[in-house]
Amino acid sequence: MSGYLAGVLAILGINIIFAYSIYITAATGQLNLGGAGFQAIGAYACAILSNEIGLPISLTLMFSAILGGAISFLIAFPVLRTKGVYMVLATFAIAEIVAGIILNSSYLGGPTGMIINTYIETEVVLIVAIIVILLSFYMMSTRIGLAMRAVHDDEAVADLMGVNKRAIQVGAFALGGAIAGLSGGLYALYFGFIEAQYFNANISIFVLLYVLIGGTQTAWGPLLGASFFTLIPEALRIGDDWRFFIFGVIIVAMMILRPEGIVTRDALDRVSTRLFPGKSNV
Amino acid sequence: MLNVENIDVRYGAIHALKNVSISVGESEIVTVVGSNGAGKSSLLRAIAGTTKVSKGSISFKKQRINSLSAPSRVKSGLTLVPEGRQIFVSMTVEENLLLGAHSRTGSEVKNSIESIFDRFSNLAERRNQLASVLSGGEQQMLAIGRAMVAKPRLMMLDEPSLGLSPILVSQLFELIKELHSQGISILIVEQNTKLALKTAQRGYILELGSVRQEGTVDELAADKILAEAYLGESN
Repeated sequence: MSGYLAGVLAILGINIIFAYSIYITAATGQLNLGGAGFQAIGAYACAILSNEIGLPISLTLMFSAILGGAISFLIAFPVLRTKGVYMVLATFAIAEIVAGIILNSSYLGGPTGMIINTYIETEVVLIVAIIVILLSFYMMSTRIGLAMRAVHDDEAVADLMGVNKRAIQVGAFALGGAIAGLSGGLYALYFGFIEAQYFNANISIFVLLYVLIGGTQTAWGPLLGASFFTLIPEALRIGDDWRFFIFGVIIVAMMILRPEGIVTRDALDRVSTRLFPGKSNV
Repeated sequence: MLNVENIDVRYGAIHALKNVSISVGESEIVTVVGSNGAGKSSLLRAIAGTTKVSKGSISFKKQRINSLSAPSRVKSGLTLVPEGRQIFVSMTVEENLLLGAHSRTGSEVKNSIESIFDRFSNLAERRNQLASVLSGGEQQMLAIGRAMVAKPRLMMLDEPSLGLSPILVSQLFELIKELHSQGISILIVEQNTKLALKTAQRGYILELGSVRQEGTVDELAADKILAEAYLGESN
């Protein structure tokens, strides 16, 4: 595998995992614009555990996820009191607070960042990505996934079905934070260097776009959205300076043509009906 | 089985329910009739736990449930089929039923869902299709089926006949009687007063948030004002 291809695949893997972190939250109807903050928490946790304590890679990744999840869980209670645009702003503010803490902490390297002593190969990133994808698909097929979709579609009716919407939303937010932390840990270990400036608002916006462009109705959405956002700009490199313009036009076109995302349940139903006439299975 | 005593519901400055008391006994069909804005849906939502009561007490199976959340009330056997069906159109028919059984666990859930498919053959044919493709009548059957799989002791129905053809309405009320014969208590809010009084055993007339009259359906049907206002009869 060439170095370039390995690099693209590693970024793809990290982006896909990151996209699932936002998707899990979005699947319950909450938009998290603070993805970069939770990713940064995982990345810095990984860096410290690896450099200072020398934990093995598997444990550093595990703790990155646990810390991301634990902080998300604690934040979930005040954040989930907000709704709609206020929630988007609240999560955005959290990411800014995290970046601010890192920038002002000499222990965390401040604006100069941190070098990580250990590293991982592309294969590790891809294996973790596959595990996250499979677990996400599995979760969305269980009664918990069904309850998440119900809360997403109509909180009040979900309540009437016996779904504890608060528990579902807090759980999804915490799980999303854990997966974002995991993606941050992988980023730190793969690139060997992290700085607060990387975990900026653009990253949070992009990962939310992965999910919205991919579609929030099914677990295929983040996979396709992250792949689209990672691979299309690479493919457009032949267009030199025009590639971002062309990519921008493609995004606008996607939003006009597929406002609910590339993959919707309706589209899956149609494909399923064509492939298996007489047995629709979304 | 259900005792609602002197409850008040307020939406800001609007006093939607004032000192309302109703009861539903074991295996009883009770109806609440009244015009638009009388507070019928607010009453059901208050009992279901999705609307807070500012005063009064709600007891179910001899236990005060005021502080219970809506999901806990479902678990205790109290379900509401909301107005306008409110099924999840982005889910399949089977997923809607699975969601209805969310408060239950174990292998019995599967049997309950299969029994709904046995009862409603139209739904069985479309079990893997999105609920959005169902007709209005089928959607109402799905909404009732979804409430049935929760194994309720008391099922509340909010305007179940809304938007249905006369044939479907009559089938729907036959189904309600069938549910009653299975031992499920029914509290039905309905604008089709004639049909509601024909189906129920007792009833309440709700007017501007207060109970104006209560009694057996025969007593209510004999009420002159009710006959004029809701049954289209005049002297």
